[in-house]
Amino acid sequence: MARMTMIEAIRDAHAVAMERDSDVVVLGEDVGYFGGVFRCTAGLQKRFGVERCFDTPISELGIVGTAIGMAAYGLKPIAEIQFADYMYPGYDQIVSEAARLRYRSAGEFTCPMVIRMPTGGGIFGAQTHSQSPEALFTHVAGLKTVVPSNPREAKGLLLAAIADPDPVIFLEPKRLYNGPFDGHFDRPSVPWSKHEAGDVEPGYYEVPLGKAAVVREGSAATLITYGTMVHVALAAVAESGTDVEVIDLRTLLPLDLETITASVRKTGRCIVLHEATLTSGYGAEVTALVQRECFYSLEAPVLRVAGWDTPYPHAQEWDYFPGPERVRRAIDKVMEAE
Amino acid sequence: MFEEVSPRLHVPAPAIRPGDDPDFSHVAIPRAGAVDRPEPDTRPEDMREMAFSIIRVLNRKGEAVGPWAGSLSGEALLQGLRDMMTLRTYDARMLTAQRQGKCSFYMQHLGEEAISCAFQRALRPGDMNFPTYRQAGLLIAAGYPLVKMMNQVYSNDGDPVRGRQLPVFYSSKEHGFFSISGNLATQYVQAVGWAMAAAIKGDRKLAAAWIGDGSTAESDFHGALVFASTYKPPVILNIVNNQWAISTFQGIARGGAGTFAARAHGFGLPALRVDGNDFLAVHAASQWAVERARRDLGPTIIEFVTYRAGGHSTSDDPSAYRPKEEGAAWPLGDPILRLKAHLIQLGIWSEERHKQAEAEILAEVMAVQKEAEAIGTLHSGQRPSPRDMFEDVFAEMPPHLLRQRHEVGY
Repeated sequence: MARMTMIEAIRDAHAVAMERDSDVVVLGEDVGYFGGVFRCTAGLQKRFGVERCFDTPISELGIVGTAIGMAAYGLKPIAEIQFADYMYPGYDQIVSEAARLRYRSAGEFTCPMVIRMPTGGGIFGAQTHSQSPEALFTHVAGLKTVVPSNPREAKGLLLAAIADPDPVIFLEPKRLYNGPFDGHFDRPSVPWSKHEAGDVEPGYYEVPLGKAAVVREGSAATLITYGTMVHVALAAVAESGTDVEVIDLRTLLPLDLETITASVRKTGRCIVLHEATLTSGYGAEVTALVQRECFYSLEAPVLRVAGWDTPYPHAQEWDYFPGPERVRRAIDKVMEAE
Repeated sequence: MFEEVSPRLHVPAPAIRPGDDPDFSHVAIPRAGAVDRPEPDTRPEDMREMAFSIIRVLNRKGEAVGPWAGSLSGEALLQGLRDMMTLRTYDARMLTAQRQGKCSFYMQHLGEEAISCAFQRALRPGDMNFPTYRQAGLLIAAGYPLVKMMNQVYSNDGDPVRGRQLPVFYSSKEHGFFSISGNLATQYVQAVGWAMAAAIKGDRKLAAAWIGDGSTAESDFHGALVFASTYKPPVILNIVNNQWAISTFQGIARGGAGTFAARAHGFGLPALRVDGNDFLAVHAASQWAVERARRDLGPTIIEFVTYRAGGHSTSDDPSAYRPKEEGAAWPLGDPILRLKAHLIQLGIWSEERHKQAEAEILAEVMAVQKEAEAIGTLHSGQRPSPRDMFEDVFAEMPPHLLRQRHEVGY
């Protein structure tokens, strides 16, 4: 067992997958010789050769489009989009092509590929390096969407995504790359070496897609979240003094509805938390499902805490970011209702 | 010093519109046999003139002349003629079927049959086309059963893609025909990726990308050329210039470029420009590009110059934007009549045999149509089950889809 950052864990997942399957190839901007702007692919080209890990021109449609062709051929491409914010030129290829190839060919052609992209803010990246576009993927039939929240699970989820026979969007919360950021931006940051989820098993293991995790058991309310916000939620709950159950969805699609409903039926109160903008965000889907499945258990309206419906600002980053204080207020509010 | 003037928006327009006399005098047509045949390993910069001429083999007398002649045997040419005639007959039957309400939509190949039928003859099993909606000749020439094509057009229970796609969006891995997307240009770059995979694996297979003149304007075209130029995989990048993108003449997509083929030059790729209505020229140029791919010399761009003699689709009325007589005035003629004349000139075909073949093919296509319609058409007979609508979204059906399927009652 080694303590790793999320970057090292993701890099290790690549190496393990490439070692056991020669069809796994890695492509993207700066991923080759340099090893990626976040270093997630460092050393892979040297170890596996330029045909297995190579730099691409700056063309997200080219990266995704050629990866689709490679996947249809029989390879297992892992395409890195440098920031989720840069994904849009490749979005048509993802939505109209990767997501539908199996369907429209009745299974004759398939697209087993992983598209990785760093997501979310908290790094003073402003509107072009901070977006959380997960709802743009979960809305598309034929895509799976995964958001890990710690190194150990990032490795296992990425290996499961690579093994999956369909296209998987793998959103890596960049603020978690180096430590479990809990939203207290004014405090010293904690590295993964100080956190038990930084313990990463060697070799191959999968964390199954479509399974949520209860990361804190509680009886008073349920807080459903994923990615960076898992750590924000845990901090807020600890500070609130309320016994809130916290669920890390890990996979947004397919969604583990069972874990959600079991918890909300138990607690009767529910908050959905994400960093992405509120309106038509992924939380709206979760809220609607909770309402449908748990209506008669609910003691209070389901609340959502999310990014404001503005582009991600620069100077006002921490006014935008749904930090522990906003989450605490939501916990108090959901507990107020009789 | 210069005199400053206000800018003016330049909107290219065809010189000829409905009511005018068709005029193709601006299309420079070299005589057959006049264009050189460079060796396939010629450096792109040493053959740039190829992008501004038109490779032609068949002359007006039906003779095959010049350095591009002789790539196919008489037997292969006879089969090629039969493929083109089959495609045209099939198109005519399916157009009528659409008018009769048996399918929602159809797209014909009238005038463009030589391109897909001849190109396929240059490929071998294992190679993969990434076609648009006007290359069904690839399937016919590869021996794909006509009845499966018809079942797809009818979206009946025999449709290999289970009624999920618009008519003519065929798919057959076995016959080297990638599932048609319908989103223009998106598959151009996928073909490059497929060829990159073949190169990564060291497999002796090539990919052929297809695009129309209009959709070369998409950024996918640019992306495909960039990636092809960078990685030099075994891919042939075909552009079918049929002059019209629905109602928009090719000058809108081409802009100030001399030709579509010339777009290759900025990428350091070799380009050929070919008479798309000349079966022999199409095959010879395709074979040249195939040789480059098989010798690991890299990608080739081919512009096939042709004319879309019919409407864009059954939803289009071309008389609204171009003279009705324009097709007849197209200077490169009809691909079937031209190959027929050549075969007669060779002494291996005759008017009588042609008439007989027409009758045979019509009978064959009608028999297939009967077989397909016995299964069903869009609004009658056996159709794919609503249950099937939920299959193949993912390899394994996730719970939310299963729930929705149950809601439909399956």
